[in-house]
Amino acid sequence: MSFNSLWFILIVVLWVGYFVLEGFDFGVGSLLRVIGRDEGERRAIITTLGPLWDGNEVWVLVAGGATFAAFPEWYATLFSGFYLPLLLILVALILRGVAFEYRSKHADMTWRTRWDYALIIGSALPALLWGVAFANIVRGVPLAESAQGSIEYAGGFFNLLNPYALLGGLTTLTLFLTHGCMFLALKTDGTIRERAAVLARPLGVVAAVFAVVFLLWTQLSYSDRAWTWAPILIAAAALLAGLVFNQRRREGWAFAFTSLTIVLAVVALFGALYPHVMPNIDRALPGLDVFNASSTQYTLKTMTVVAVVFTPIVLAYQAWTYWVFRRRLSASSIAQPEAGTLDYVVTGR
Amino acid sequence: MNALDLSRWQFGITTVYHFLFVPVTIGMGFLVAGLQTAWVRTNDARYLRATKFFGKLFLINFAMGVVTGIVQEFQFGMNWSNYSRFVGDIFGAPLAIEGLLAFFLESTFLGVWIFGWDRLPRKVHLASIWLAATGTVLSAYFILAANSWMQHPVGYVYNAQTGRAELTSIVAVLTQKTAVIAFFHTITSAFLVAGSLLVGVSAWLLTRDKAVDVMRSTLKLGLVTTLAASALVFISGDMQSRVMVQQQPMKMAAAEALYETQTNAPFSVFTIGTLDGSKKVFQIGVPDLLSILSTGKPSGEVEGINNLQKAYEQKYGIADYRPNIPVAYWSFRLMIGFGALAGVFALWALWATRRNRIPRGSWFARAAVATPFLPIAGMGIGWIFTEMARQPWVVFGLMRTSDAVSPTVTAGQVLTSLIVFTLLYAVLAVVEFGLMFKAVKIGPPDEVHLPEDASALSDKPLTFSY
Repeated sequence: MSFNSLWFILIVVLWVGYFVLEGFDFGVGSLLRVIGRDEGERRAIITTLGPLWDGNEVWVLVAGGATFAAFPEWYATLFSGFYLPLLLILVALILRGVAFEYRSKHADMTWRTRWDYALIIGSALPALLWGVAFANIVRGVPLAESAQGSIEYAGGFFNLLNPYALLGGLTTLTLFLTHGCMFLALKTDGTIRERAAVLARPLGVVAAVFAVVFLLWTQLSYSDRAWTWAPILIAAAALLAGLVFNQRRREGWAFAFTSLTIVLAVVALFGALYPHVMPNIDRALPGLDVFNASSTQYTLKTMTVVAVVFTPIVLAYQAWTYWVFRRRLSASSIAQPEAGTLDYVVTGR
Repeated sequence: MNALDLSRWQFGITTVYHFLFVPVTIGMGFLVAGLQTAWVRTNDARYLRATKFFGKLFLINFAMGVVTGIVQEFQFGMNWSNYSRFVGDIFGAPLAIEGLLAFFLESTFLGVWIFGWDRLPRKVHLASIWLAATGTVLSAYFILAANSWMQHPVGYVYNAQTGRAELTSIVAVLTQKTAVIAFFHTITSAFLVAGSLLVGVSAWLLTRDKAVDVMRSTLKLGLVTTLAASALVFISGDMQSRVMVQQQPMKMAAAEALYETQTNAPFSVFTIGTLDGSKKVFQIGVPDLLSILSTGKPSGEVEGINNLQKAYEQKYGIADYRPNIPVAYWSFRLMIGFGALAGVFALWALWATRRNRIPRGSWFARAAVATPFLPIAGMGIGWIFTEMARQPWVVFGLMRTSDAVSPTVTAGQVLTSLIVFTLLYAVLAVVEFGLMFKAVKIGPPDEVHLPEDASALSDKPLTFSY
């Protein structure tokens, strides 16, 4: 296999990691005020993400950095072309990151409610927009060759809002909401656990409908290889299995299966894309693929060494933190109501 | 304004803003780790109270550093796509390595540290803050290696066929002198910032008789850190200016408003130039100092702006190779001046607080509170200097800033993002500063509960939650 293909796979791995991990924290964040009905519950919900969200978000930074290093033409065309959607994603990620850290610093409820909405919008918007963005990449966008020979985005903002892409956005949004419910049901106890499990059923059904239609559309219109049927069919089966396990209150299995659904959906999308990385909407015109968008072989080899050595280490310590914070939380775990506010003093108990 | 100017403003604003939080994160991470280590070793509760208190300030600041950092990585592609195409083969590598080695380490272990009190054995919990702090310096190293390549490109060849610079030696990029010295200068400056922050906060609380037992020791720690760091900042800055003279003589000439090449060049303290910036009219200077700083000897020859302009025209073609001279000149002085003031204050304050004295004059408190702002401003201005005085180049000698901007992004789009970021950042600055100020006013806890070596499955309520 060429280093170009290897790096395509590594970038798929990074996006898979990002969507599986930040997928559930987007879902949990979006549903904060739906599942958390009072302050104690909301704090328990946010605290389930507390030690994890920042590590989850790094996956997108590394995916961006890896794309820059391995496929600079893809990085340049994609990021400059999708300027306004990326601006919205950036604003959302800023708001939610700050919301996590600042929300509980004051006891004042107006303050907290404002940050709740920052967290909800900051979670739901990227959950939707990443789907729109990737669907557009798979579908192809208007591209044109510039005088310097670079392949540039030639569309506008509204080219990105086509039915297939919007369906992609709804698919990621509902999948992440479902995945978030599974995570909450696994990580909490009491009323939160109950509500999350109950809410996962209708959300899961809606997600399944969107996902199946979207992935079939992908397969039929944009994939020219047969093997991508496999991840699509298994993804659909995994989502159904997740819903069944949720029904039976086997929360660990339910979460594992929605994780698998996301893994396979991302694999199917990138499988349909390969060897392109940013095809032209008109396939007869030039687009970007793993060869014409890539760095030199030397850079790809160097980066391969770095990735092969360090990715397992990262995975190991990130997995360890999930194990450290494996305990279920409930509103009663947040027993000291003001712990976390600036003026709260922890004394002996 | 066109997309180029707007993109430059946006990069300048978002970068300087991001860098308000970066040095505090780097320096404070280690100081908090040091305080916690002191507690683990001595079991003295004062150190635990200091850890919790400064840890809180550290975290308020850290959140802002993280979220504003995402913008930095995205805007190379969003606003500078031609630059990204040209340098991606080289510049992308340290950025990706930074993410994989540094960002994962700092964010994962910071999460462990915040929520791990009572969940982990004491020493494992202590290790988490050290790992997070290590992540911050690793991050600084890789991003500075990338930036240093823009100041002084090495380990590459220009491929005329693809029209881009291509990597030939990652080792050269990561170990070149420019990067090593920039790292040394930046990290010592970060400690100058963090030391000054400790000084400002501790002195302010001391003059209000709050947590005197804790604040006495953190004031000392802050003062010693500030003084030691300012000496190292001075040394590394001197090393950097010598490298700059060799690699980017125009930058040094602009910093000194030195128009004509000369030997025994004086260091300008104050210069007035003609309006067109082509020569000086009046100058107060320290004889020979610039020659000594640049070459190590009083008689050394220092190249002037006009001579360099001519030389560059021959080498790169007819164009204006002079950066904005007043900006270069004043930013260079303000950077040095602000850094030096913090050092001078630390020296004086160490003497004034000898044998546990607390100076009562309001002058002391005011100067102490002002201290942290000096090196923070100095670092921001230092970045303005090093980036603006490299102009018109984005990559020195290889690519001009005007060629680097995204060709398909319109001025309207950039204006939109510039306004959005500026407003959002302004609001967040008010929020952040308000939280910091409130946290400082409350001061360290009078008592702390001692963390227990609890197992992860303990069913006790959490000691900390969001």
